[in-house]
Amino acid sequence: MSTVILDPTGERRLAEMSRCARPATLAGLTVGLLDISKARGDVFLDRLEQHLVEIGASVKRFRKPTFTKPAPVDLRHEIASQCQVVIEALAD
Amino acid sequence: MAAVDPSIASDDTLVPTHDLAHTLPAQTLPAQTLPVRTLPAQTLPDGLVVVVKRECATCVMVVPVLARLAATVGVTIFTQDDPTFPDGLASVHDADLGVSWHHQIETVPTLMRVIDAKEVDRTVGWSRAAWQAITGIEDLGDDLVVMRPGCGSLSVDPDREDELRARFGGGVLRARRVELADAEDEIEALFDRGWSDGLPVVPPTEARVLRMLTGTTRAPSDIVAVVPPDLVEVTVEKVAINAVMAGCKPEYLPWVIAALEAACTSEFNIHGVLATTMPMGPVIICNGPGTRAIGMNSGINVLGQGNRANLTIGRAVQLVIRNVGGGRPGEVDRATHGNPGKLSFCFAEDEATSPWTSLSTSLGIAPTTNAVTVFAGEGPRCIVDQLARDPDRLANTFAACLRTMHNPKLVLAFDAILIVGPEHARVFAEAGWDRDRVLSEIHSRLQFPGSELVRGAGGIAEGVPAHLKDATLPKFRPGGLLLVHAGGGAGLFSAMIGGWANGEVGSKPVTREVGS
Repeated sequence: MSTVILDPTGERRLAEMSRCARPATLAGLTVGLLDISKARGDVFLDRLEQHLVEIGASVKRFRKPTFTKPAPVDLRHEIASQCQVVIEALAD
Repeated sequence: MAAVDPSIASDDTLVPTHDLAHTLPAQTLPAQTLPVRTLPAQTLPDGLVVVVKRECATCVMVVPVLARLAATVGVTIFTQDDPTFPDGLASVHDADLGVSWHHQIETVPTLMRVIDAKEVDRTVGWSRAAWQAITGIEDLGDDLVVMRPGCGSLSVDPDREDELRARFGGGVLRARRVELADAEDEIEALFDRGWSDGLPVVPPTEARVLRMLTGTTRAPSDIVAVVPPDLVEVTVEKVAINAVMAGCKPEYLPWVIAALEAACTSEFNIHGVLATTMPMGPVIICNGPGTRAIGMNSGINVLGQGNRANLTIGRAVQLVIRNVGGGRPGEVDRATHGNPGKLSFCFAEDEATSPWTSLSTSLGIAPTTNAVTVFAGEGPRCIVDQLARDPDRLANTFAACLRTMHNPKLVLAFDAILIVGPEHARVFAEAGWDRDRVLSEIHSRLQFPGSELVRGAGGIAEGVPAHLKDATLPKFRPGGLLLVHAGGGAGLFSAMIGGWANGEVGSKPVTREVGS
């Protein structure tokens, strides 16, 4: 007789979500820069902001309370509602 | 084995007939009628009901009593083993032991009185007075001994109990059934599906999971925690499945549940512990008399191999995080090196020979209460001092070793566990140093001028920001050093376990009482 076992996983049903279309240019778009609060991440993002402004993008800066936890839902909503593009930089 | 609706009899010889819910007692059936159960196993016929088996001497002894009952007030006799027993009397063969299982028959003979399908009285074994009281026949069995104990019911036979639990209790399990092909190796099949931590796991069959669930009073559907990183609600049932896979015994399950409850708090932040590039995992310290009851190791080789409870409780927690939470190495788990303790890192404090109050007591738990404390930690490191015979010099060694944790120039950012071995603890105890004294003496030795710690000092780039050069900085934040007494009785050694980013930024140790 074959063995029947019980599924040990969370048995999640994943919601299929497609990515937004990649913009042809960043000029005229609002780009969110998310600082995850890791050391020297701001140095990288400062430089990135300079480049983005030079090519005509406007930039909004955001910051997670701590790099060890996911971004709070309110912060994610704020970024989604204010920006067309987001760049999240992971330190290390 | 597929799920079985417990309301449906599974034996071909059984005829579940709801219309016959108030059928006549069995002995009134025509003689040629095959012994069939005419009711669902959960429903007993009204009147007197007895459960017996031939291999029980007490059951054989009471046959004349049963014959008298059958001839007078009527009785329904369920026989567990031999369908022809008792000889000459009509009986119903409880072939699948469904009646015995559903009515919690632990001993035969069991005599019950049933009114409107509800059991109102019961006695087990032979007690003349009890049988007379239940039947209302004053001189029943007067020629028998006053009392004789019965025998174990087949439904609680250890060789059959798991199968029965799966047959009649499987309906409570909600997890998806996964059928393995005959040609599949069970162990390999679980590796293939990605459900292993790298070591073989025990296949979680219904029978094993139901047996595991006997270790807790909580319902299988109860939610234990929301498990990162996928933030999935984990039920007691799913914990039990993973506990089976880890190799736990049922009595370990409440400890696994408590550890998960603690680990899946925002304070402990298992998401971050999992995701960090540092070599961190949940270190589980168990306290309370229950640690001895379930056979945990707090002595020789306390952090090593060889003790089932220590190893499988920690492993079960990690399997839940992997399988339910979706936390897998190379995905959300980004550890640069990891450490072997991420398979399992769980041990008990030696409270019996400790000169100090226990860790959990120091964290606010009552001394006789079972508790787990989870700590985000790396692997253990040995502290050697075989020469110090006074507490000051031993504290000096502890401080010097603890200073090196992660980097001698990094302070305040990380907690640590100090596991003091019994021979070292004795040095402190003989000098009258209690827990608080030991910790305060170590802390006093771990105060450093900022000038030694700033970045670049001592030719080491790592360190604290330059503006702290004039401050005096402690290695550990207040409460950041956890003291535990454990280890074998021989060896002037202790151990330290470095922690991960502490406090609000990262993780705080979390303690939870162990439930039932």
